[in-house]
Amino acid sequence: MNRLAITLPGLELKNPIMPASGCFGFGKEYGNLYDLSQLGAIMIKATTEEMRYGNPTPRVAETSSGMLNAIGLQNPGLQGVLTNELPWLEKFDVPIIANVAGSETADYVEVAKQISKASNVHALELNISCPNVKCGGILFGTDPEIAKELTAAVKAVSSVPVYVKLSPNVTDIKAMALAVEAGGADGITMINTLVGMRLDEKTGKQVIANKTGGLSGPAIKPVAIRMVYEVSQVVNIPIIGMGGVTCVQDVVDFLSAGASAVAVGTANFVDPFVCPTIIEQLPAKLDELGIDHISELVGRSHRV
Amino acid sequence: MIIQDLMTVESQQEIAKNIFEMKLTGKLVGEITSPGQFVHIRVSDSFEPLLRRPISIAEINPEKNEMTIIYRAEGRGTSLLSEKREGDTVNVLGPLGNGFPVEETTAGQTAVLIGGGIGVPPLYELSKQLTAKGVNCIHILGFESDPVVFYEEKFAALGETHIATVDGSNGTQGFVTNVMSEISHDFETFYSCGPMPMLDAVQKAYVHKKGFLSFEQRMGCGIGACFACVCHTNENATDQAYVKVCSDGPVFPAGVVQI
Repeated sequence: MNRLAITLPGLELKNPIMPASGCFGFGKEYGNLYDLSQLGAIMIKATTEEMRYGNPTPRVAETSSGMLNAIGLQNPGLQGVLTNELPWLEKFDVPIIANVAGSETADYVEVAKQISKASNVHALELNISCPNVKCGGILFGTDPEIAKELTAAVKAVSSVPVYVKLSPNVTDIKAMALAVEAGGADGITMINTLVGMRLDEKTGKQVIANKTGGLSGPAIKPVAIRMVYEVSQVVNIPIIGMGGVTCVQDVVDFLSAGASAVAVGTANFVDPFVCPTIIEQLPAKLDELGIDHISELVGRSHRV
Repeated sequence: MIIQDLMTVESQQEIAKNIFEMKLTGKLVGEITSPGQFVHIRVSDSFEPLLRRPISIAEINPEKNEMTIIYRAEGRGTSLLSEKREGDTVNVLGPLGNGFPVEETTAGQTAVLIGGGIGVPPLYELSKQLTAKGVNCIHILGFESDPVVFYEEKFAALGETHIATVDGSNGTQGFVTNVMSEISHDFETFYSCGPMPMLDAVQKAYVHKKGFLSFEQRMGCGIGACFACVCHTNENATDQAYVKVCSDGPVFPAGVVQI
């Protein structure tokens, strides 16, 4: 028995650990460091219909136990990803979750339609929560009705299950979760980064050229855990949890809060081997907790 | 190949004001392929500070599996690094990036190496390798003031060496460009590492020469995955095309990167 195997819509995962979108490029850099087949899945960098150059620099700034980023969805565009990125990943035995972004509904629909047909793409992650682009992104992720309509439009054309990535930058994340579930989402991924700002000590000006950036890293884990806990109690679709995961205990925490799988983001920058390290340590953690299968951890915090 | 190595601190000393020289041993040294490459160092076991620090490699000794890094202790990360002592271990990722092309200058030719502040260190290994193959190296090293000048004698042992300090407390008063205007332009190649305004001035002064510049930019991952450390290039009409300093660079031929 594989004690770490998890089944989710469209995804037969060897283990519940995957790198989060935006923190792993399209896999090539990390693929030169270790065998990507060890991973449960890979959430590749956001893909938009046209190539995007992203935001001016500086694009990152360190904060207390975290970092701000405003990359701005730089990517080679749909055709570039289909031609140059996804085929390279086929050599690995790992399902790909393609992150789909756009400026308007038609962009999302076109990318979803085409990228979902790629042989190694097993699910889509609908990016309605990027805080760093002017058009699209977070606008779709803060209005429940618009999020529902976009989810339905993408579901209608996608060849694979659709997960929707929720933003924490809302008053009521449960309302957003229920809206995308009503729109036909097969799952939820959460959370994206929190909008933040850092000022330069000497000049008093913003450090990041975009002025604001998305906060990630260990600093945001308590927010993410709370949100996964809340959302998992109101929806009937699975959650892939993320936000500040750095170690095997963080994985246990996210599963206990109600996530069925866990993505690792910023920690990849601190330790590029963090994902395989966590995967290697999980069986011993299950032994320590006295359980046979990792799925027994899911939603522990809800149980009386 | 990039590896993550727990390297051992062989020595650590302050060689100028807030400038530290650290010698590290480990198998990572065997992977270094060119001068000007850098390493990404995790300065703490905790997540405070969170990100690794990119630091250039100043010298390598493959026989001893030893490399030397020189850094300025000014922020939290580099200050923590300066507290490491002989026998401590340091988590090092590297070697990263593409360094200076030594092969672009041949025996008997002359190369000018221009460094500014903490951009000086990678030029030392470059000069060692160039002089070893018979290249005549002229060094122009710029610093703020005499207390932060380092490696003056070590560079002088390899070739003609000029120092410029902003306050004139050592060498020529002013910037490296003040020295550049006084020396002969009878050379084949230039190599430079330092702050962006300096690289700009060097590139403009030597516009008809073959040159290579090493850039700095804020980094996230250090391996090319996060797209944080990008610079515009000159080749695209839209002026929007980017290169990644960490994995495409940090060294680029002069003229490639928009300054």
